[in-house]
Amino acid sequence: MNHWIIAPVILPALLAPVIGFVMRHDLPLARTASVAGTVALLVIAIGLFVTAGGDPQVYYLGDWPAPFGIVLVLDRLSALMVLVTTVLALLVLVHAVATGWDARGWHFHALFQFQLMGICGAFLTGDIFNLFVFFEILLIASYGLMVHSGGRDRMRAGLQYVVINLAGSTLFLFALGVLYSVTGTLNIADLALRLQEVPADEAALVRVAAMLLMIVFALKAALFPVQFWLPGAYANAPAPVAALFAIMTKVGAYAILRIHTLVFGPGIVATDGMAGTWLLPAAIVTIAIGAVGVLGARNLLALIAFSVLGSMGTLMVAISAFSPVATTAALYYLVHSTFAAAALFLLADLVIARREAGHLGARPATLQNGLFAALFFAAAIGMAGMPPLSGFIGKLMVLDALRAPGTMAWAWSAVLFGSLMTIVGFARAGSALFWKSTAVPLDEPETAETDEAPEAPSGTDRPAGAMELAPVMATVALLVMLTTFAGPLVGYLDGTTAQIFDRSGYVTAVLGTEGET
Amino acid sequence: MEFIVASSVGALTAAGIYLILRLRAFSTILGLALLSYAVNIFLFASGRLSIDMPPVLSPYGEANYTDPLPQALVLTAIVISFGMTAVLVMVALGAYLESDDDRIDMAEAAENAEYGAGGRE
Repeated sequence: MNHWIIAPVILPALLAPVIGFVMRHDLPLARTASVAGTVALLVIAIGLFVTAGGDPQVYYLGDWPAPFGIVLVLDRLSALMVLVTTVLALLVLVHAVATGWDARGWHFHALFQFQLMGICGAFLTGDIFNLFVFFEILLIASYGLMVHSGGRDRMRAGLQYVVINLAGSTLFLFALGVLYSVTGTLNIADLALRLQEVPADEAALVRVAAMLLMIVFALKAALFPVQFWLPGAYANAPAPVAALFAIMTKVGAYAILRIHTLVFGPGIVATDGMAGTWLLPAAIVTIAIGAVGVLGARNLLALIAFSVLGSMGTLMVAISAFSPVATTAALYYLVHSTFAAAALFLLADLVIARREAGHLGARPATLQNGLFAALFFAAAIGMAGMPPLSGFIGKLMVLDALRAPGTMAWAWSAVLFGSLMTIVGFARAGSALFWKSTAVPLDEPETAETDEAPEAPSGTDRPAGAMELAPVMATVALLVMLTTFAGPLVGYLDGTTAQIFDRSGYVTAVLGTEGET
Repeated sequence: MEFIVASSVGALTAAGIYLILRLRAFSTILGLALLSYAVNIFLFASGRLSIDMPPVLSPYGEANYTDPLPQALVLTAIVISFGMTAVLVMVALGAYLESDDDRIDMAEAAENAEYGAGGRE
């Protein structure tokens, strides 16, 4: 039994209370511990990613046999997701430390580590009730991060975010209750096995459970009609936290992919094809809302939040096909869109700190205007899906995979029109922020206004240092690498997809030989 | 027995949803609490209802027992919903003190952000 499988959960779980209780008054120490912990987590994630090539590896907590105890399962999908999480976490953490976001409120680092524990646990667990528990852990940490450093609009957006997610958690519990009453198990592999033998008169209950779970995961993934929380939450969260939240929507996408291929997958009469039927229209509407929102946004963070919504729609269109080719495309696009969104949020934080406003209007150009413009251009190209960055490859793969006659017209027009509107929105925002701003003369009355208050908290006339720029640049560089090494990555993802759709392999790995059917 | 449990779950859920839709912080918190009570009872029922049964298999051949797993699930769910309610109260209190308004929806706040923090031109 490979004990490293539980390390991504244990390490942040042990580190977070130590940071929270022991280092609460010593910010440099807390920063050091948090960065060191995240680097260690990244090393562990790389190790797990390398070893996860073969069959799914199972970790039996307390060494209880599979359907009775809780299991963690490391397969290629979960290893990939944990790796993406930790890479993103390290970038966001360096940004938060360099820009001083972590000093603007209490317990940033402790909450950050708890957040990582929840996300990694959600990706690794092989038990659906344990998935609920890890969802709650990542949510309760995200509530704290969401309202980090306070402020009127942020608190109100945070309250809304907490309420919608609590309602979602309640639905999750209802779904689990229904599922347990039908099958008598909560182990994901065991569920996959038992649901094949569910009598026809209980099929309705199975359908209810599948739909409830899909609503819960769609809520996390911000899919229509439960996407309303995302723009408000992301646009009002501290920008580094919003960058970290880029992986949180992917937790929902991951859960749909995992549960609705493995548990409610093909061969289960009660729910056959149901997930795809409902997901496709929802995803298409989500793309439309994201595109319209990008066009209509008057605030940089809101613009990026809506573009995240659009990218989730594109991702879910690909997932809704539930075919191997489309799933490979979806996974590639998932990795890409996570980093593209993070790059945009981190860059937006640097820009907004210097403009003193996220408003998309002409204001005097900031220092390093050209550099910010170039980075925004690159990240926006990635997000909108223009060549040469990975967004283009991702969207091309998604389009290529959706050739089924019934879906092709809808999916293609949604993805293509959505991309066009996103490009227009980003071009407009970029020109307002970086181009027209150069035409605004610097000597306006409002500079006198800032002279009256010389101790502006953000230091607007200070150029961004190397450490502040490094995370943004590294994230953009990751997009370039995703493009350059798209071939090997897609090769790995093909294997991942094969493993996702090899349900009996997963069941056998978890339950042992008796699970073979 | 089934009727009482089912109707109480239904009544609690209905009251909870109604209160959440009021969109005021206090009634929403009460609504979410009612909803979590409803889901706790519901989880109990998911292990089938039985009275006066031990939660473990008796070693003396008596096969009747009540399913212990939902009880463990309910315990976890109670702890989590308790903690979540505490967090929710704190966040709601913070939001109320910051903005002097306990509405949950953001429509008015978003407009203020546009004109207030949006820029000084």
